[in-house]
Amino acid sequence: MSRSVHWLVVSLTLVAVGLLLVAHKHFSLGYPLKPGEIEESWTAEVRLVILPEAGPVKVELALPAVTPGLGLLHENFISRGYGLTTESNRWDRGAIWAVRRASQRQLLYYSGVFYADRGEQPFAPVPSYPEIPELPEPFDTAMQSIVDDVRRQSADIASFAAEMVARINSPSPSEEMALFLGSPEYRNNPVRIARTLLAGARIPTEQVNGFTLTATERRARPERLLAVHNGRQWLFFDPESGRQGLPQNFLVWWRGEQPVVTVEGAELQDLSWSIRRNELGALDLAEQRAARHDAWASRFSMLELPVQAQTVYAVLLLVPVGGFIMVLMRNVIGLRSFGTFMPVLIALAFRETGLIGGLVLFSVVVSSGLLLRFYLEKLRLLLVPRLTAVLIIVVALMVTLSLFSHQVGWDIGLSVGLFPMVIIAMVIERMSIVWEERGPHEALIEAAGTALIASLAFYMMTRESIQHMVFVFPELLLTVLGLTLLMGRYSGYRVSELIRFRRLAKEL
Amino acid sequence: MIGLVRKLRAAGVLGINARNAKYVLEHNPRRLYPLVDDKILCKARLKAHGIAVPEQLGVVRGQYQAGALARRLRTLEAFAIKPAMGTGGDGVLVTLGKRGKDWVTPGGELLTLADIQYHVSGILAGMYSLAGQLDAALVEALVRTDPALHPIAPQGVPDIRVIVFRGVPVVAMMRLPTRRSGGKANLHQGAIGAGIDMPSGRTLSAVMHHDIVTQHPDTGAPVTEFQLPGWQDLIRLSARCFDAVPLGYLGVDMVLDEQHGPLVLELNARPGLAIQIASRSGLQHRLAYVDQLENPEGLSVDARSALALNGALPGTAAR
Repeated sequence: MSRSVHWLVVSLTLVAVGLLLVAHKHFSLGYPLKPGEIEESWTAEVRLVILPEAGPVKVELALPAVTPGLGLLHENFISRGYGLTTESNRWDRGAIWAVRRASQRQLLYYSGVFYADRGEQPFAPVPSYPEIPELPEPFDTAMQSIVDDVRRQSADIASFAAEMVARINSPSPSEEMALFLGSPEYRNNPVRIARTLLAGARIPTEQVNGFTLTATERRARPERLLAVHNGRQWLFFDPESGRQGLPQNFLVWWRGEQPVVTVEGAELQDLSWSIRRNELGALDLAEQRAARHDAWASRFSMLELPVQAQTVYAVLLLVPVGGFIMVLMRNVIGLRSFGTFMPVLIALAFRETGLIGGLVLFSVVVSSGLLLRFYLEKLRLLLVPRLTAVLIIVVALMVTLSLFSHQVGWDIGLSVGLFPMVIIAMVIERMSIVWEERGPHEALIEAAGTALIASLAFYMMTRESIQHMVFVFPELLLTVLGLTLLMGRYSGYRVSELIRFRRLAKEL
Repeated sequence: MIGLVRKLRAAGVLGINARNAKYVLEHNPRRLYPLVDDKILCKARLKAHGIAVPEQLGVVRGQYQAGALARRLRTLEAFAIKPAMGTGGDGVLVTLGKRGKDWVTPGGELLTLADIQYHVSGILAGMYSLAGQLDAALVEALVRTDPALHPIAPQGVPDIRVIVFRGVPVVAMMRLPTRRSGGKANLHQGAIGAGIDMPSGRTLSAVMHHDIVTQHPDTGAPVTEFQLPGWQDLIRLSARCFDAVPLGYLGVDMVLDEQHGPLVLELNARPGLAIQIASRSGLQHRLAYVDQLENPEGLSVDARSALALNGALPGTAAR
């Protein structure tokens, strides 16, 4: 009893571990389950044109640091002749270009590739409560009155902020609000109005600058969002529409009201942004993402191997799949075949020739080999020399077939050389022994079983989805192993036995 | 389909997977396999336990012994040559007697010494062994079937297969060669399988290639309701084989020799399931009956034989 518990635990654990690893790689790291999946990524680029004055030049550019909902794949700086340093801390990042002496107009570029990443994260430190701003009259009274008004119509910080944004954008603003909207300091800057007024209620806020990544934009303009901290988390508001929440694929570039770039000792002639949408193979993206997270998955990935080894393993990893089909066919269906793994090896050979061509070639080579083998039987040769003679004849047959089919212009005939000859020689030998000992009936049954299992294994092993799965998720080997162990103690009837015992069942 | 499965299961019909998983793997320790897979070792072991076997006339272990083999064969009239590691009767060569310098096979062919030597070299090279490993050839005295069996087995050597589970003989059948099977007692090749009633030793029903038969196809003689002579001795002999080779799930093949009486031909660690079709009953209930006995292996040969003979086994009493 304990043995079968042990067996069950081991097999189910293997199956589960394999599937869990696959699930982890798919859901956390984004490895695609289907081949040829495409994912979006965006290249965001800043182009700075500076005209140096006399003396040293220093350009500071804020860079995306914490980008909720997006991940940075890689980035590039282009700045001929300028020294580049980047500095970063938990929340902020910046690039500093510097040169002691510059005379020409200079272009500076920064570009980063971003992708949709899973998981939310805070984008800025937890702020302290702001002081109530000291405004000149009549702004101060107006602020007090607006804050009192809004407070009466709201329940918490979120609804307070939402109500405030709605009032700012109201088509018929109140008298107090009109004061703010009309003043030069606040005109066309709803974020600044909102931040000032929310500070009047001692609510911490932040201005967020960035881009909504959707399509390709040659000249993108940074958008401003209002971020409000409610004591637990940051809430985002669109200052114009009042819509709450961070828009999908919003790239947070920098925080605060200050400009993104500061230039010393030069004139900033142009600052332009562009967004380019890329399509990237989901697999490549997942690999790069995993490498960036330094996940084990990227280090233990088949894609890390040299390309030559990759092609070998792409085939080798399919062998267990074929083997499992073999188990099912033999132990559940009850087909008979020559040898245990011969059908799987033949299926591998079919990969080179295609199924129909492979079956035809296989039958031609095996049957002519068999005829010659019966002739050799008459010569009374010892076993090993006879096997070798069969092998030589098989090679000769293959050469003849290839030359012939080449002359006729039939391409598949050429790939016969890739057939594992040793396997064919052994099939011929095995078949002739069965033929002699058990009769042609049995030999043909086993030959048909071999061909059927080989065809099925071939079919499964050439499914692109299966090739993709075993290559991208080699941990599926554990699952296949577990299933094979489960099959190892399958004690039900085989389908062939049901046929065999059918008449017995009538008698019972 | 599901109804069929249910019916077979209710009748206790054993499938290959269940046989392997529940009985062969559970009860047959791997280390004992060489004792049954190698006929030479098996014979020696049975002989050491005082069990009668066909006389061993010689063993050929290498090509270098070809000369010795030739000298030995010239002195022999009738013999059987078998691969020591062969399975399912493959590679067995039988001669019935001599005609001039040549030997006659049951099929009526004439074999020269060179023909036999070629066959032996095939055996030695491992043509009939399981994994193709080098093998030895065994020369045995020809079994001459007890004339009492001639009514149901006019030609060839019929044999009696008993499955002995944990020392208890549980099911038996007789394999009768036909012209179609080329004189071999091999069900695959068209021999008749006749189930045997355990308590009485009478043949019950018979099948040939899955077809139910009541008469021998070659002679028309009835093959059912035939009383085997010395049935109790045969059952006892099969039970004694378990003492020589303690495989829990053991197939014992026996023959009735004209001179020597019951002989054990060979043992089998993975006896097939056709015996269920021949005896038209499932094995599982009988195996389960033995499994619920307390320590059946510890019982004496007589006690174990009695279980088979007194109708204690399920499905054997009601006759």
